[in-house]
Amino acid sequence: MEQVGLEKDMFEVVGKDLESAEAIIRPSLTYWADAWRRLKENKLAIIALVVLALVVIMAFVGPMIRPFTYDQQDFTKINQEPSSEHWFGTDALGRDIFVRCWSGAKISLFIGMVSAIINVTIGIIYGGISGYLGGYVDIIMMRIVEIIYSIPELLWVILLMVVLGPGLKTIIIAISISGWGGMARLVRGQVLQLKQMEFVLAAKTLGADTSRIIAKHLIPNAMGPIIINLTFQVPGAIFTEAFLSYIGLGIQPPLASWGSLAQEGTLMLLIKPYQMFFPALLISITMLAFNILGDGLRDSLDPRLRK
Amino acid sequence: MLKYTLKRGIIALITIWVIITVTFFLMRAIPGDPFTNEKKIQPQIMENLKRKYGLDQPLIVQYGKYLQNLLRGDLGDSMKYKTRTVNEMLRTSFPVSAKLGLMSIAVGAGLGITFGIIAALNRGKAFDYFVIFLAVIGVSVPGFVFAALFQYWFGAKLQWFPVARWGTWKHYVLPVAALGFSSIAYIARMMRTSMLDILSQDYIRTAKAKGLSRRVVTWKHTIRNAILPIVTILGVNIAGVVVGSFVIESIYAIPGMGKYYVQSIQQNDYTLIMGTTIFYAVILVIMMYLTDIVYGIVDPRIRIDE
Repeated sequence: MEQVGLEKDMFEVVGKDLESAEAIIRPSLTYWADAWRRLKENKLAIIALVVLALVVIMAFVGPMIRPFTYDQQDFTKINQEPSSEHWFGTDALGRDIFVRCWSGAKISLFIGMVSAIINVTIGIIYGGISGYLGGYVDIIMMRIVEIIYSIPELLWVILLMVVLGPGLKTIIIAISISGWGGMARLVRGQVLQLKQMEFVLAAKTLGADTSRIIAKHLIPNAMGPIIINLTFQVPGAIFTEAFLSYIGLGIQPPLASWGSLAQEGTLMLLIKPYQMFFPALLISITMLAFNILGDGLRDSLDPRLRK
Repeated sequence: MLKYTLKRGIIALITIWVIITVTFFLMRAIPGDPFTNEKKIQPQIMENLKRKYGLDQPLIVQYGKYLQNLLRGDLGDSMKYKTRTVNEMLRTSFPVSAKLGLMSIAVGAGLGITFGIIAALNRGKAFDYFVIFLAVIGVSVPGFVFAALFQYWFGAKLQWFPVARWGTWKHYVLPVAALGFSSIAYIARMMRTSMLDILSQDYIRTAKAKGLSRRVVTWKHTIRNAILPIVTILGVNIAGVVVGSFVIESIYAIPGMGKYYVQSIQQNDYTLIMGTTIFYAVILVIMMYLTDIVYGIVDPRIRIDE
């Protein structure tokens, strides 16, 4: 047996590459990419997203695929049951309910989205300032919100609608003026929490001014809860609009929204229930989808719920 | 506790004052006056009418006078029903609305809390899914849809209950069900979440480990703690029920405040709108105040925080 000695020159250095040893192979996920990945796993939320997309698409396409317009009356064909010609039937003036439902969808969704975005914007600015400045400014600003908040939103909206007169613009204004309180509170709470964090201190040390800290550091970090709240604000606004149209303060005929269609439907409910059925169904499906999506977003955006 | 009660009380009073002021000036900001949409009126009569309602005086004087009248509990005359005052109309309609509202809240809170408890204790079983389903329906379907569906199905089709109007107990069933439904759904969902939260606490495990009976753990340790947050929700819920009654009362032709309110809006009866809005707001603010106080009593942590 011959012994094999291990000599130093039998080995050679393959190469010491610290960088490749520490290389991160998996792509680094940003907060949003991670949230999207989580959301994709939630089947229900994705279905809700698809349903909402379909409703939005149909709001634009729906009125075009039938040879009627939303205000076209045909007195020879009033109160017809759903048929191959009028898919959802016709109303008391012979207007096609299918077309009216989808042009109503456009108006309802528009009101919902726009007033929710305005609400959130006011809420972010107000809550951001209040939370960041703190002290007396915060106390006074929050007392104001508390007072506004303790008056039921619908009473505000009704009063404003009486003063401003019914119409699309006024509904959006009324909902926006009255609905930002909750958002302002939420943002303030977030900001109060975030401004204690080290990265804010670091930014301050580096000389960033107040507006930069609020806009670049605090708000982006508070974005998760804000977006969750936004998805709940949209159905809230659609609900409010439906309610207003229902008591005659909303969209005026011949324009249609889901609320006004449902209201017209109740007048004929005992004889022609389908006239109420279709708009009510559309409202309910859309609300459902928004709520499920909101829950899904909460699960994927809220760091505390991640595991 | 006294300090907390006073502080809340002052906020409630300021809120009421803000509502009165905002309502007053908003109503005065409406272009034109309440008499313009009637038939052409002689200038002399117009002037007399304006004098009768004090519309010829400067705004600030009108405001002062309105506040004075309010302090005496006088909400003014209706501008459309010439012979009736707002007070009279509220006196006849408020009891009806209050009855409807209280019954709906009782049904909503009673069933909601019970459903929530049963669902949480049977997590992942059939009843739990039923409650989740109920909660989803409750937030997705507007109240007037339920009202109309109940009216159509139980009133017109099956004829179990009258379609509309107000009188015997049979008239109450459908509107109370329609108004209470969203409360049941909402409260059941909250109660379920609250119960699940409490059930995962350490002291529940301790109670079980000590060998306490299931009944004691459930009633004394879980439900008593889980029911606390529901008290705060009740305040918000009362507001929801009150506002929801506008539509329900209109659909079922119930002679309550909501119906008159919607009517006064449609007829531009300014004094009635103002009077009813203020009345509503005052009741709601008082309700919220009371829930705050009750919450402060049942949960000492709130008082210490303040």
